[in-house]
Amino acid sequence: MGVGIEVTNLNAWYGTNHTLQDINLPVPANHATALIGPSGCGKSTFVRCLNRMHETNPVARVTGSVRIGDQDIYADASPVEVRRRVGMVFQRPNPFPTMSIYDNVCSGLKLNGFRNRKMLDEVVERSLRQSALWDEVKDDLKKKSGASLSGGQQQRMCIARALAVDPEVLLMDEPASALDPVSTSKIEDLIFELKSQYTIVIVTHNMQQAARVAEKTGFFLNGRLVEFDSTHKIFTNPSDKRTEDYITGRFG
Amino acid sequence: MRTATDHAATALAILATILVVAPLIAIFFYLVYKGASSLNLAFFTQIPKPEGEVGGGMANAIIGSAVILAIASVIGIPIGIGGGIYLAEYGRGTKLANAVRFTADVLNGVPSIVMGIAAYALVVVPMHHFSAFAGGVALGIMMIPTVTRSTEEMLLMVPHAVREAALGLGVPSWRSVLAITLKTASPGVVTGCMLAFARVAGETAPLLFTALGNQFWSVSLNREIAALPLQIYIYAISPYDDQHRLAWAASLVLIVLIVLSVALVRYVAGRGVLKGAS
Ligand SMILES: Nc1ncnc2c1ncn2[C@@H]1O[C@H](COP(=O)(O)OP(=O)(O)OP(=O)(O)O)[C@@H](O)[C@H]1O
Ligand SMILES: [Mg+2]
Repeated sequence: MGVGIEVTNLNAWYGTNHTLQDINLPVPANHATALIGPSGCGKSTFVRCLNRMHETNPVARVTGSVRIGDQDIYADASPVEVRRRVGMVFQRPNPFPTMSIYDNVCSGLKLNGFRNRKMLDEVVERSLRQSALWDEVKDDLKKKSGASLSGGQQQRMCIARALAVDPEVLLMDEPASALDPVSTSKIEDLIFELKSQYTIVIVTHNMQQAARVAEKTGFFLNGRLVEFDSTHKIFTNPSDKRTEDYITGRFG
Repeated sequence: MRTATDHAATALAILATILVVAPLIAIFFYLVYKGASSLNLAFFTQIPKPEGEVGGGMANAIIGSAVILAIASVIGIPIGIGGGIYLAEYGRGTKLANAVRFTADVLNGVPSIVMGIAAYALVVVPMHHFSAFAGGVALGIMMIPTVTRSTEEMLLMVPHAVREAALGLGVPSWRSVLAITLKTASPGVVTGCMLAFARVAGETAPLLFTALGNQFWSVSLNREIAALPLQIYIYAISPYDDQHRLAWAASLVLIVLIVLSVALVRYVAGRGVLKGAS
């Protein structure tokens, strides 16, 4: 089951570049929340703060608090623990090139020491069904390399890989931006399915996509959260002039 | 015009290929021509005959080379790979890493006879005698810089996205380095190790003051041991024609054994790789 996320006074830097400034944002459990905004406004940085990936950059720094469920992920947990609870799907599909489809999907479990074959088989099938890839790959799970799939299939495999470790939150940073329209709509259907079980945060440049999949939408600009509201309100009647300019295409 | 240039480029490429391959083939055939006639069962089963007598073989030198190279690999490969991992994954941009990289490059350029003297001082002098172990140490140290630098380069070629994928799954970083990054780079790392192996397999100078050579059977790590390059050296400067022929045969065997062991390792290492993996 998904859990809510409470972001309070979050600030993030790359070196001296103050990339995120005083972000406050409540992400509701078991819903999809979209983040939109012009390029370079800090959306990726923001989602990377939610699973402590930001700090893997040697010059990066974070202050403020992020509570996921009832845990403050910066105060009460190690990065490794946090990342097991919070799965991430990246902009470009990033399969492990030396691994089969099967090994890619269960890599998170195997690398954390799970060896039970029967359990791994079950998890692989469940995750691939959840990511709507099972029927396409079930016959050559162990024969084919994950890298030999098409881009859209790879991305769904990466989603399956993230789901296989049974996270509570799924972060998706422009998961469909490198994909064709058919693959994109498959991924959108998937998000629709998954949000009953997971809390989903999705970064997107595609406003129709945000409108289709997300209940809530946040608009970022220059490292600040300008507006956060129901998707319907953001797209039909935003309170802030800058949001309106952005969604009507007047800039950015 | 376009096709003329195209043909010229192709011709140049073929010419370059021939220039690269020709010496190798020439050497090989010359060795076969000079040495093959001396290859018989005795060559692989007997030890050298006393000075002046005809016949005898190189069994002790073949085994001796294998023993020394095994010791060298056990020392050189893990330390070399460890160094490469440090340079690529942990030390990036630090002063220590730069120092390690610089040392490795210098070590790579040190003449092999100097390595032999160093191993003599480090191992032979404290142990008070020559030994197979000392020879292995000399060659092992020579392998380290090659393995370190090639491992580093191969690891740096693994895309950042692959590392992020592993970290994003909640895999501890040491585990991600070993199971993901090193595994992804493993074909290149194996090639680097085999290059280092092949390079030291033919070294003679570092063995002169360490393994010393031995005309009799020995597989003890603690005593002087025979080695193919040493035996080639001894026979090549001897006054007897029969021993010259044996030296040619031994050179041929040495090259074939190096090629075989490299091919075997690459075959074994490549078996787990799936189709379509890049
Ligand atoms: N690795 C990095 N090192 C230094 N600065 C960075 C790094 N990554 C991002 N930045 C800076 O942080 C700011 C926010 O970048 P971020 O990637 O979060 O933007 P974004 O909203 O995701 O943009 P896009 O829509 O193009 O993906 C930018 O000004 C960028 O230059
Ligand atoms: Mg981004």
